[in-house]
Amino acid sequence: MKAHWLDRPGAARRAWIAFAVVLSASVLAQLFIAVEPHFAAEGWFGMPAVVGVGACAAMVLFAKLVGAMLKRRDDYYGDGSGE
Amino acid sequence: MSGVLAHPALALFVGAALVAVLKGRLRSTVALAAPLAALALVLRAGDGVHAVWTFAGAELVPFAADPLSRLFGIIFAIMAFGGALFGLDQPRRVEMPAALLYAGAALGVAFAGDLVTVFLFWELMAVGSTLVIWSVATAEAYRASLRYLMVHLAGGTVLLLGVAVHYVASGTLAFRAFDAGSPGYWLILAGFLVNAGAPPLSAWVADAYPEASFSGTVFLSAFTTKIAVYALLRGFAGEPLLVWMGLYMVFYGIVYALLENDMRRILAYSIVNQVGFMVTGIGIGTAMALNGTAAHAFTHILYKGLLLMSAGAVLHATGRRKCSELGGLFRSMPVTTLCGIVGALAISSFPLTSGFVSKSMISQAAGDEHLVWVWLALAAASAGVFLHAGIKFPWFVFFQKDSGLRPPDPPLNMRLAMILFAALCLALGVWYEPLYALLPFPADYVPYTGWHVVGQLQLLLFSGLAFFALLPLLKRTPTITLDVDWLYRRALPAIVAAAERSRRVVARGWHAGWSSAVEGVAAHVHRTHGPEGIMARTWSVRSMGLWMLALLLGLLLIGFAA
Repeated sequence: MKAHWLDRPGAARRAWIAFAVVLSASVLAQLFIAVEPHFAAEGWFGMPAVVGVGACAAMVLFAKLVGAMLKRRDDYYGDGSGE
Repeated sequence: MSGVLAHPALALFVGAALVAVLKGRLRSTVALAAPLAALALVLRAGDGVHAVWTFAGAELVPFAADPLSRLFGIIFAIMAFGGALFGLDQPRRVEMPAALLYAGAALGVAFAGDLVTVFLFWELMAVGSTLVIWSVATAEAYRASLRYLMVHLAGGTVLLLGVAVHYVASGTLAFRAFDAGSPGYWLILAGFLVNAGAPPLSAWVADAYPEASFSGTVFLSAFTTKIAVYALLRGFAGEPLLVWMGLYMVFYGIVYALLENDMRRILAYSIVNQVGFMVTGIGIGTAMALNGTAAHAFTHILYKGLLLMSAGAVLHATGRRKCSELGGLFRSMPVTTLCGIVGALAISSFPLTSGFVSKSMISQAAGDEHLVWVWLALAAASAGVFLHAGIKFPWFVFFQKDSGLRPPDPPLNMRLAMILFAALCLALGVWYEPLYALLPFPADYVPYTGWHVVGQLQLLLFSGLAFFALLPLLKRTPTITLDVDWLYRRALPAIVAAAERSRRVVARGWHAGWSSAVEGVAAHVHRTHGPEGIMARTWSVRSMGLWMLALLLGLLLIGFAA
């Protein structure tokens, strides 16, 4: 059976290269458009990218912290006790 | 009376009754025709009051329409059609009529002109949605449905109390914007917020919705929380508390979804997240914010329905719902994968999808009002949406590792429902003018500017980079995350059990002490008055003679002394 194109050797590497190109293009495009920010800092070069990475990193780390305190096995309520 | 007969909800109620008794192809036809008839009636309903009843001296308006009610009526009818199409193969016969009843009740609220009608349909929604969960007939679903019903009946009670206080103070039951701080204001607000999934009771969404069937959850995602958004839009626009409550919901949904392993619970948390954007918009309260909220509710129903259809298709095909047990399904479920990706892009507000033309209006409103921190929080949350729903859901379900599962795409009706909703998500992203024309205020917003598109793409694409960079931290584990529902699922029952144990100990002690006292008295009486007791035993003649002699001597002494 013919392998799916995503399963072929090198597909992941090619996907990463394409992703890097798209990422770069999204930042460089800022140089060619009229920047109309709501607030001054929003219009800084690459600022939305920084917000994207920074916000995601902060949320993942905060989620890990919450998880360290509140995570339980998924059968925690499953024994029927307490319900 | 003729006005009431043209009420869109009636089409769904009649449809529900027929679907409950019919079988086969006719049943399917009615299930699909009823939402279409409701849609036709919604489009036919002109602005104004269409029916007035007087009950116990109060004026009730069971059917009134304006642009806001029409917008929600249209999307509710479309959702009912899509959900019915997706769920035609559902073997549980209770689900479809319950779902149509539920959708009809949502239309009843949307076209209610008074608070009593709102309350009655509000409660009918709780009954219909509970039946949808119940129809799965598993122990987990039954318990979840009872918790769900408990929360919603409590919310309904608070709402009814607020309506009563409001009526006594104002003398009117009209459902329109409430004066801030007026009697009943906070009670009615609290009643509406319970259905919105607002804190502190947000947990019911992720507790109950994922327990419904593969098709039931699609219905559930659309009506309860969005009718709350509708009610808040009509009654509480500009309430500042809602800004902060909405932002809490936005980040609560992201954090809990990031920690979740069950694909449908991820999407349930995501509902709270998206409703948070809407609640924030209602709190901002400008025409731009309210338009954005209404538009976002419309688009959200479509893309969340689509996401839950794709998750439902996976559940239908594999019987699995945990991300840790899924993966690699793109190989055998291409239609489901593609539709899921469209839904994921739309919820992330990617340009050319419906989410882009709606959510950005709420951010725009925050910017226009110079609410810097609110705007920044919404921007960060947009990144978080892509993180938890835009990438996480399709990545862990359709890609990541090869789970070895090779299920086919679902049956034709389910594929058609997904394709229809995916097409709507894309079409509204490109031809957004018809949606803007339905909004409650004139909308001259232009979503496609160079900066808006580039800024949004930067934000989302780099969020994607962060996802893959942080993937080791996002590895799925078979866990859940405790929430406020722990209080009524574990803590409260534990407290009640402890109180019961204490009562038993006290009762035992009391019983033992009382028994001991009674037994002591009985023993004493037995000792003194029993057969061998000093007061009852048979005495010898000699001792009796002695005692009689002593008695007579005593009497003589008393006689002499006297």
